[in-house]
Amino acid sequence: MDKALKSAIKDINKRFEAQETEFRGLVSLVVAPEHIVQVCSTLREKHHFEMLSSQTAVDYWPQEKPRFHLIYQFNSYAQKARLEVRVPLDGDSPVVNSVVSVFPNANWHEREIWDLFGIRFEGHPDLRRILMPHDWEGYPLRKDYPLGYEEVQFTFNYDEINRRKPKPKDY
Amino acid sequence: MTNPETTEMKITFDELKHLVSDRALEGETLLLNMGPQHPSTHGVLRLLLELDGEEVINCIPDIGFLHTGIEKNMESKTYQKAEVMTDRLDYLNTMGNNLAYCLAVEKLVDLDVPERAQTIRVLMTELQRIASHLVWLGTSALDLAAMSVFLYCFREREQILDILEMCSGQRMMTTYFRPGGLWRDLPVEFEAAVREFLKTFPARIDQYESLLTNNPVFLDRTKNIGVMSSDQGFSWGITGPSLRATGVDYDIRKVSPYSGYQHYEFDIPTAAEGDAYARYVVRVEEMRQSLRIVRQALDNLPDGPVRSNNRKFVPPPRSELGTSMEAVIHHFKLWTEGFSAPKASLYLPVESPRGELGIFLEGDGSPKPYRVHWRTPSFVNLQALPFLSKGHFVADLVAIIGSIDIILGDIDR
Repeated sequence: MDKALKSAIKDINKRFEAQETEFRGLVSLVVAPEHIVQVCSTLREKHHFEMLSSQTAVDYWPQEKPRFHLIYQFNSYAQKARLEVRVPLDGDSPVVNSVVSVFPNANWHEREIWDLFGIRFEGHPDLRRILMPHDWEGYPLRKDYPLGYEEVQFTFNYDEINRRKPKPKDY
Repeated sequence: MTNPETTEMKITFDELKHLVSDRALEGETLLLNMGPQHPSTHGVLRLLLELDGEEVINCIPDIGFLHTGIEKNMESKTYQKAEVMTDRLDYLNTMGNNLAYCLAVEKLVDLDVPERAQTIRVLMTELQRIASHLVWLGTSALDLAAMSVFLYCFREREQILDILEMCSGQRMMTTYFRPGGLWRDLPVEFEAAVREFLKTFPARIDQYESLLTNNPVFLDRTKNIGVMSSDQGFSWGITGPSLRATGVDYDIRKVSPYSGYQHYEFDIPTAAEGDAYARYVVRVEEMRQSLRIVRQALDNLPDGPVRSNNRKFVPPPRSELGTSMEAVIHHFKLWTEGFSAPKASLYLPVESPRGELGIFLEGDGSPKPYRVHWRTPSFVNLQALPFLSKGHFVADLVAIIGSIDIILGDIDR
């Protein structure tokens, strides 16, 4: 790990009381949800992490609390370094501040997380579903959302399963 | 939930109201749907355009028509079996997707890869990059009415797909790389086929260039169209040739080499203008650089095994199954249960033909991935379309969509 990345990690740790973990040389910082916008702007302005590479979430239901982790991947072209920031979120319908004001490309990433995980972003300019149809119910990437295989129909239960099958909507 | 009296259109329009200008609500400007079935959107991309005459005021991309839930599906398959899904993401860069996935799994479980396998991986990925750029060149030139380029490009692409089929058995859905190495070694015809390609292809690139590079119609359609600055590129997360066309020499193969890229000599082509023409120049030069890498890989192809010898992760060769009980047990365990990965997560980026292809992989100690997320370059790069197309004509919008090189399977996953 080079010096610039080390000083950035130290700075974030000191200011926002982050917890540091490392796996195979990749550093990850756990930050409280209320600090995330400041962490992003600090990384961008002070430590030359110009790019938000990726943003996603993980659902740890039911075995862990807090239930969700938001995961931000930062990339620095100037220092050739990468940094991961995790934000734990509790509850079934969590809310967190949007980072669109710092990194504009968070727009679609946050829409995707809202769409698939049901995590709401406060201050997002355009929080709509992005991949699923706009009238979809439920959040598919949550762990309590079933994969939804089709049941096998035999003669004895043909009608019963037919009744349960989704029908095309009446327009 | 939905009131049967409210129609579908009404809901959609209310949701989109804040995205268009006030003039659209008064009917001064025109709202026009482009796609999802439109030849120049390179797939099923729907664009809602707000037009003032021919001029684009607002462009609102609507994606998700190809969403197949690949990330969700991968969570329910073992590490080996989930790999077939990666081909279906970016169907023009199957080898690159396989590579990203295999590298991530190997890093997660700490698995070695023999040198020969690494070299073959680089070779195949670069061939795939050329094939992908050929499709891009052909189709985006076709959008600008250069029909013949399309035919030439697909002729050469077919040559590469034949090589891929020779190795993996499939033209497109290859799944040739496996965690720990390759599916099998290269066939004997391979070297002659690649040598033949290396011999003919440089002249073919010159041929495409002679058709386009100084073609006045092509220059008119691409110069100063969709101009992006490097600052815009950074803040919107743009990567790959689109970023390099703004003068930034960022290439993950150089910055953090994987699979032995540090051993190859190649340049990172850049251009300064950041317009559609600059993106064209960068991609054409990238084909030449990929060709250099292919030649070096083929010349220095080491002998040796193509799979790791670690039987806890890689199935034993067929020949051992008849004589070794241990091999049978390993084979049985690997194909029924799979191998388990530690409870940890990692993010691994590779350079795909379109930019940074990142995979976030999390294990939970079981043989199935707990969470897989694909940071796909097309998804992020498409976000540039609204600001790139503002103020341009509809016809130029087509050139811009072509120049940022999107693959809808990559966007919608």
